[in-house]
Amino acid sequence: MAMTLENVTKIVAKECHIDNISLQLEPGTFNILLGRTLSGKTTLMRLMAGLERPSQGRILIDGQDMTRIPVRKRDVAMVYQQFINYPSMTVYKNIASPLRLAKVAGKEIDRRVREVAEVLHIDALLDRFPNELSGGQQQRTAIARALVKDTELLLLDEPLVNLDYKLREELRIEMREIFKRRKSIVIYATTEPLEALALGGNTAVLHEGHLEQFGSTIDVYQHPQSTRIAQAFSDPAMNFFNGTIDSGTLQLGNKEPMPLRHHLEELPPGSYQFGMRPSHLHLQRKSDDDIEFQTTIDLIEISGSETFIHIIHNGHTWISQQQGIHAYQMGQPIQAYVDLAQLYVFNLDGHRVASPKNDSLELT
Amino acid sequence: MARIDLNNLAHSYLAKPKSDADYALRKTDHVWEDGRAYALLGPSGCGKTTLLNIISGLLQPSEGKVLFDGKDVSALPPQERNIAQVFQFPVIYDTMSVFDNLAFPLRNRKIPPAEVQTRVKEVAEMLELVDVLDKRAANLSADAKQKISLGRGLVRSDVAAILFDEPLTVIDPHLKLMLRRKLKQIHARFKLTMVYVTHDQLEALTFADQVVVMNEGRVLQIGTPQDLFENPQHTFVGYFIGSPGMNFLPCTMQNGSACLGEIRIPIGKETEQLQGNFELGIRPEFLVLHNNPLPETYKVTVKEIEDLGNCQIVRVQLAEHTLKVKVPEGQEVPAEYGFLEFPPEWIRLYADGNLIERGVQKQPQLEPVQ
Repeated sequence: MAMTLENVTKIVAKECHIDNISLQLEPGTFNILLGRTLSGKTTLMRLMAGLERPSQGRILIDGQDMTRIPVRKRDVAMVYQQFINYPSMTVYKNIASPLRLAKVAGKEIDRRVREVAEVLHIDALLDRFPNELSGGQQQRTAIARALVKDTELLLLDEPLVNLDYKLREELRIEMREIFKRRKSIVIYATTEPLEALALGGNTAVLHEGHLEQFGSTIDVYQHPQSTRIAQAFSDPAMNFFNGTIDSGTLQLGNKEPMPLRHHLEELPPGSYQFGMRPSHLHLQRKSDDDIEFQTTIDLIEISGSETFIHIIHNGHTWISQQQGIHAYQMGQPIQAYVDLAQLYVFNLDGHRVASPKNDSLELT
Repeated sequence: MARIDLNNLAHSYLAKPKSDADYALRKTDHVWEDGRAYALLGPSGCGKTTLLNIISGLLQPSEGKVLFDGKDVSALPPQERNIAQVFQFPVIYDTMSVFDNLAFPLRNRKIPPAEVQTRVKEVAEMLELVDVLDKRAANLSADAKQKISLGRGLVRSDVAAILFDEPLTVIDPHLKLMLRRKLKQIHARFKLTMVYVTHDQLEALTFADQVVVMNEGRVLQIGTPQDLFENPQHTFVGYFIGSPGMNFLPCTMQNGSACLGEIRIPIGKETEQLQGNFELGIRPEFLVLHNNPLPETYKVTVKEIEDLGNCQIVRVQLAEHTLKVKVPEGQEVPAEYGFLEFPPEWIRLYADGNLIERGVQKQPQLEPVQ
């Protein structure tokens, strides 16, 4: 099935939760809703599921208006952040419950429960009760229940958020595999850019109930249409500085003007905001096209295999993300570098003007 | 501040433990140095809270001793151990002002009022609580209340140690960063002995100069974040620290090479005498994926590419093993087959989960990927 949202708006107590969203979702696609807490992800999912009705606008399924059809008459499954299972039922019965409700034959139920349990690595736990399981196993059970019936629409609302990070890492890869094989439309809400990238598919960026951008996940990541989207889709957040383009050069404060190169050559003169990803901000010079900044080390954060170096430049905090573990002293002055080829360019209103060409990176 | 000795320490919640599995904390023998920041890190159920509670005195160990600066405190309750504690949820007096809350641990110990003034001011400045010192604690946000809890932990200069149990869990992400920075600064300035429990890897590795990695009741490694990344002492540390974790390949050793079926990966002369079953460990960051065959590369099948924007995680198959390779952003990944290089200086060998010390192991300076 295909799903169309036409100018969907949801107003609750005079407050606009979803603001005029139009979206076309194709069958067999994996779609991520990316946004902070309270950006409207859950509300939008509830509207898609039919758990709530839009204040304005229509929801069409295969061209047919479904706006007023309640959830129980739709073919939908949903997974929530909290692990929701029936406590008095075994894992097996939990997973089987949607099929029993749909009056599927006993043999077929057994086959499908065992199949989905195997995919989610809980086939050895079928006789246990939810309270005898770890958090990860409970959430796998809830996901298995949502997957067991081949629903046309499958909604997952931050399903991994309450699990520890190693489990998240593993389940993310499994989910990718599982959803590849399905014909349903899958909608997956998350606050984490890294999760969106790891899952792939398409991404819709939401901010305060607005749909900011929708497209293939990697394309939205590489070509954010505004500073707001660039911020939302960068972890750690993108770093910004202001500059002027004039007579074929980039002018930054009292620095020596730099000749424009790469994607910047075509830019008309004027003032711009430039964005750089933390992974492109280095503490060693890498190329002749590097801009040099004088900065001070503020804080070092270590993720296990990466180091996030917070540096201060003219009162603004930037982050440089580096592979491996590196030690620096807090308060130490240091030069930071970014290659002109890797700059994102936005106008002063925050709209994108240019983004780095992916093929302009030097391959080593 | 004090040095903490864990002397043959172990704890079981059962009256008559029979096997290792009956111990929440298995035998631990360590010296934690005065003035350092330790983080206890591990998955839930690994024993980190049990160990913290033994150090604080909330729990009496069933075996062994805890010494503070050489003095046996194992039998003493928390209030007689001269420690400060900060918990996951704010513990403050709602009816008192912020100032009185911060002053409480000092007044309780009959510190002269002038000194109370100085210390409270100092802590309030560090935690940016100066503007609310006169306000009643009850009316503040959850974040501000937790800052008061932290302040009460930090206000005494004469404690043996400050113990933190997941102190930033209830804090807003933006403020978390600020508080992490504060804790680091405070530690650098006052050289307090701090013990910090968290399940959050970023928090543990950022906060601590020594990270204690635990699993199934055992302390597997105590080291700097760089040690844990570059030289995991145990396969679990390699797996748990870093995202994705270390790759492990079961192998046998022959004439200084790791043998995986037909494949021979030379490791180094110093391993020539090793024989038998091992695991070869190498981090995804250190594997190099080439498009063309080069000497000492191994043909692999490319199974899946996860493009994370700033890097790509490529899953490749070598014989019957799957490995993850972190490939830098922008580098083209071959569609079907690639050739994998194992830089010998980054290969680690494990037997029964434990790192084999190879003596001549280089400690190369890691170059950032690009």
